[in-house]
Amino acid sequence: MSYWPLLGIAIVVVGFALRFNPLMVVVGAALATGVLAGFDLVAVIKALGKAFNDNRYITVTWIILPVIGLLERNGLQQRARAVIEGMRGATMGRLLVAYLALRQLTSALGMKDIGGHPQAVRPLVAPMAEAAAIKNHGDLSEEDRDKIKAMAAATDNVGLFFGEDIFFAIASILLIQGVFESAGYPMTPLQLSIWAIPTAICAFVIHGGRILAFDRRLGRARP
Amino acid sequence: MITYEWLYALAGAAFALWALLSVRERRWGNAGFWALLAASFLLGSHVSDLMNGLLVLAMVAIAGGGGLTRSDPPTTTPQERQLLSERLGNRLFLPALVVPLIAVAGTLLYNYTPFSETGLFEARRETLILFGVGVVAALMSAIAWLRPPLLAPAEEGRRLLDSIGWAAILPQMLAALGAVFALAGVGEIIGSLAGDIIPRGSVFLTVVVFALGMALFTVIMGNAFAAFPVMAAAIGIPLLVQQYGGNPAVIGAVGMLAGFCGTLLTPMAANFNIVPAALLALKDQHGVIRQQIGTALPLLVCNIVIIYVGAFLLWN
Repeated sequence: MSYWPLLGIAIVVVGFALRFNPLMVVVGAALATGVLAGFDLVAVIKALGKAFNDNRYITVTWIILPVIGLLERNGLQQRARAVIEGMRGATMGRLLVAYLALRQLTSALGMKDIGGHPQAVRPLVAPMAEAAAIKNHGDLSEEDRDKIKAMAAATDNVGLFFGEDIFFAIASILLIQGVFESAGYPMTPLQLSIWAIPTAICAFVIHGGRILAFDRRLGRARP
Repeated sequence: MITYEWLYALAGAAFALWALLSVRERRWGNAGFWALLAASFLLGSHVSDLMNGLLVLAMVAIAGGGGLTRSDPPTTTPQERQLLSERLGNRLFLPALVVPLIAVAGTLLYNYTPFSETGLFEARRETLILFGVGVVAALMSAIAWLRPPLLAPAEEGRRLLDSIGWAAILPQMLAALGAVFALAGVGEIIGSLAGDIIPRGSVFLTVVVFALGMALFTVIMGNAFAAFPVMAAAIGIPLLVQQYGGNPAVIGAVGMLAGFCGTLLTPMAANFNIVPAALLALKDQHGVIRQQIGTALPLLVCNIVIIYVGAFLLWN
């Protein structure tokens, strides 16, 4: 058995790590893998074309953009901010746990652009978390303030990553479907997305628990 | 019978409209890229595999040559948006909720009532087709409610699409890569190699290697999507599904989430980990990653347990 087709995997890894254009890396890896497996170049281009064509449903999800764009035009982001501002008055721990829940729930319903670092974390969540911590724990060192802001950003990431896959019409779920279907295991998007729920619950418990422990630790540091 | 072809006609029309709007602004790279994608949706089933392959190469050439730029179509000002959001309130979330509601409720209704006997939808395709129905319904109701200018929905969509750029087709391209891996027999090669390394029959150890591999490759590449076809072809499909008979849905879905744990740990995922540190003016460029380690590692352990229990103990 020839091991040369594995070079395609190495091309993906190195190409992404070196920040080449990902589309070029992926196509380069596909062509190299096929040729090294003994197919001629035209046959590999044909196989790639067929595989791309068979997986078009993954890209269909973007037809939702006019809906989201139209709502943004009419103040969707501003409304989301108002919801987050409504959490003012909570402790830092409760505020971030509530934001985690909000981010997971909206992502699970397909609204993954509610929240995000430039739109919500920097203008809103991070300053509110910092202010709440100072209110409860008194003046904080710059190091602690940075940790609070970093925790706000981390909370946004965790909420997005472990909420979005519950929504079935999202690229990652359809990519999983496509890869398994090509290998002879057809599945439906809902069959896959339902299995994102256990991890979403674990993520909420683990990260939520860490946020609350962090808040308590700040309190103990300055009685 | 309603098939994916209906959905592809809808998507093809949308991408064609976005291409035309790009022509109007003389953004030739964007226009060419979205026109090729529209052609793929509208004509892909009717042309040869070679034509489809050349179309892929042409799109990649435009993207790789830096031909796509962000666009800035006319829209409302932040002040107008603030006023509108105060007037419209939480009702703004409703049109977005219509989409999952129609898709999920429709799927359940279709599958658990005699409706499924009508054979209205292509088998296993009903959810995504109903997603398309939901999008059209949401768009119609939003237009009827908000009464935007005629081209506004298309222009707002283009603003978002151009901010995503070529990344819009990356998942589809990675799935195609997975198919080429399968064709070239990458899975068999690795399966034979791994058989020498992993003790034969140790399902749990193989699950651990699969999940750690997803996380590790994601850390190196900065992208769980890219790690997925690699690890699925290497371990997920040949070993966990074929040799050990695991549940493919759990292995696929939770395997991807193991990769997301890797995303939390890597500076390569700059948009999530490095850019926010800069936005928040943190002294430590890796401050966000540091706060994520304590969540990512235990969660990775959870994912390993979920795969082992869900795909093997509960399945067999």
